[in-house]
Amino acid sequence: MSIVVFIESQNGVIKKSGLEVTSYGRAIADLNGDSLVAVVFNPEDTVILNSHGVDKIYSVNTSNNKFFNVDQYSSTLANVVEREGANIIIVSASADGRYLAPILATKLKAAYMSNVVALPSSFNPIIVKRSCFTNKAFNETESKKSKTVLSLSSNAFGVHEKASSPEVFEQKFSEASSSLKVTSVDKVIDKVTIADADIVISGGRGLKGPENWHLIEDLAEVLGAATACSKPVSDMGWRPHSEHVGQTGKPVATNLYFAIGISGAIQHLAGINSSKIKVVINNDPEAPFFKAADYGIVGDAFEVVPKLIEKLKALQQ
Amino acid sequence: MNILVCISNVPDTTSKINFKDENKSFDSNGVQFIINPNDEFGLTRAIWLQQKSGAKVTVVTVGDISCEPILRKCLAIGADKAIRIDVVPQDGYFVASQLSALYKNTPYDLIITGRESIDYNGGMVGGILATLLDLPYLANCIQMELEGNVATLQREIDGGKEILSGILPMVIGAQKGLVEESDLIIPNMRGIMQARQKPLEVLSAFSDENTSKVNIFEKPPAKGPVKLVDAGDIDALIDLLQNEAKVL
Ligand SMILES: Cc1cc2nc3c(=O)[nH]c(=O)nc-3n(C[C@H](O)[C@H](O)[C@H](O)COP(=O)(O)OP(=O)(O)OC[C@H]3O[C@@H](n4cnc5c(N)ncnc54)[C@H](O)[C@@H]3O)c2cc1C
Ligand SMILES: Nc1ncnc2c1ncn2[C@@H]1O[C@H](COP(=O)(O)O)[C@@H](O)[C@H]1O
Repeated sequence: MSIVVFIESQNGVIKKSGLEVTSYGRAIADLNGDSLVAVVFNPEDTVILNSHGVDKIYSVNTSNNKFFNVDQYSSTLANVVEREGANIIIVSASADGRYLAPILATKLKAAYMSNVVALPSSFNPIIVKRSCFTNKAFNETESKKSKTVLSLSSNAFGVHEKASSPEVFEQKFSEASSSLKVTSVDKVIDKVTIADADIVISGGRGLKGPENWHLIEDLAEVLGAATACSKPVSDMGWRPHSEHVGQTGKPVATNLYFAIGISGAIQHLAGINSSKIKVVINNDPEAPFFKAADYGIVGDAFEVVPKLIEKLKALQQ
Repeated sequence: MNILVCISNVPDTTSKINFKDENKSFDSNGVQFIINPNDEFGLTRAIWLQQKSGAKVTVVTVGDISCEPILRKCLAIGADKAIRIDVVPQDGYFVASQLSALYKNTPYDLIITGRESIDYNGGMVGGILATLLDLPYLANCIQMELEGNVATLQREIDGGKEILSGILPMVIGAQKGLVEESDLIIPNMRGIMQARQKPLEVLSAFSDENTSKVNIFEKPPAKGPVKLVDAGDIDALIDLLQNEAKVL
């Protein structure tokens, strides 16, 4: 059998989420003696996949159509899955991955499982652990189909290296059939996004106003982190909506989450608690966030954060 | 214009989540249920179209009789009609297949689902439904303007947004941005009275197809206590992050 992974690139460079799904796919392939097939869209080169255990690469060039098109991407993937006779298809939890996965699964008459957080505990049938109730619980879901599409939560499995020497094939990009067309894209390119970041620095109402956000931005800059905020902060227009994290905002599953001046309301925690390490800076020792955190400082953000930035800068020199 | 808004009945955002029958099923005891927040954004956008151009708004939920209070709430908010497909959902595909059968009996110009439900967080019903019906689907929809049957739309993507155009009928996955929190409609007395007179049709299940089943639930292990570092000793924090947690 073979396993197909969907790999995204940005400006030609394979994204970290692509290496994560590859590592996860490799682990499954090793358990079952399967072959690992990667479908990569618009890569500059695919060399990095040679150190992540890929057996075969299909490279897709969408040159005259530079925007993401869910219909074409899912049909292209479906073609490879059918040709390879794959039974497990893995996509990342990126916006495009989660958009594509249910559509791909339906085209393949496959089962679809999102928010996967661990390797399958069984392969016949496939049973995987998924998070649910906005990370307040997990469940074990069993596939009832011969093919299963899995979308892997970010940072759930990590990136693992393994050498291989894959053959590379060109794969034709499928024709568009849907009426839906992207006309333009409005994207920040020089900033780390919440979805891709290893570290997220998040600020709450405790920062008092947008004029103080340099604290969050400077800390993010020294750490190469993305910036985020609590819901009231974006509701009041201190920060853009795209930074709002939590149950009704963006989900965050990073290695390190800094919560500065955020109380830790249940709806906030629901969206961020699958992050590995949580650090809280809050001047109220009773703030509920301390119960959910790994490390904490009870103190005034306006004093603590500048010192932290200064120390980190000094370390880097 | 006819709009179908798909509504998921979910535990209130502050609910403690518990399971019963040896962790095989969700324990709804003491849980307050609400309209899935993403669906409420979608419903509000539909009501605007009703007010502006006389669109007819139907809400539908797949679920047993315990879902009726939230359907009545949707009617009080302004929906014209409610449908309940009387069967307990088995998985996302199961829900999508009920909804697709409903659509095949009575087509709509626009189907609005939520980006995802906050209970099972599948984020799948909209995409599966659209694909079963061979209609376009737009996930994470943060803006929609209609002119005749031409839609101008925006999708939130990682680090920005995409601007798209498409032709109705289609399915969209609503989220905050499509309307804002402050736009949500709180039903007034008149709305609540009127809701009692509006039709709530109960249909039996159209099919019994699913693709997966949940075997067991589990709660995350209890967290250990937080390690506090003195506000004057930032070095200690950096040391812990570097050498203990190994995240710096
Ligand atoms: C349906 C629903 C959905 C929701 N979804 C979300 C969501 O997705 N995301 C979300 O974030 N919220 C969400 N909320 C809101 C949530 O309940 C809280 O209201 C919100 O998270 C609080 O934001 P905050 O922590 O920034 O502000 P506050 O609760 O006001 O907390 C500010 C914190 O800053 C601390 N502070 C003050 N001054 C300082 C200082 N000088 N130094 C250090 N600390 C200081 C205070 O001690 C306090 O703990 C939702 C609510 C509802 C009802
Ligand atoms: N039982 C249901 N009845 C009607 N619509 C539903 C149901 N479950 C999910 N949906 C719709 O599908 C969207 C996505 O749900 P999910 O795939 O479960 O995350 C929800 O926001 C609803 O609009």
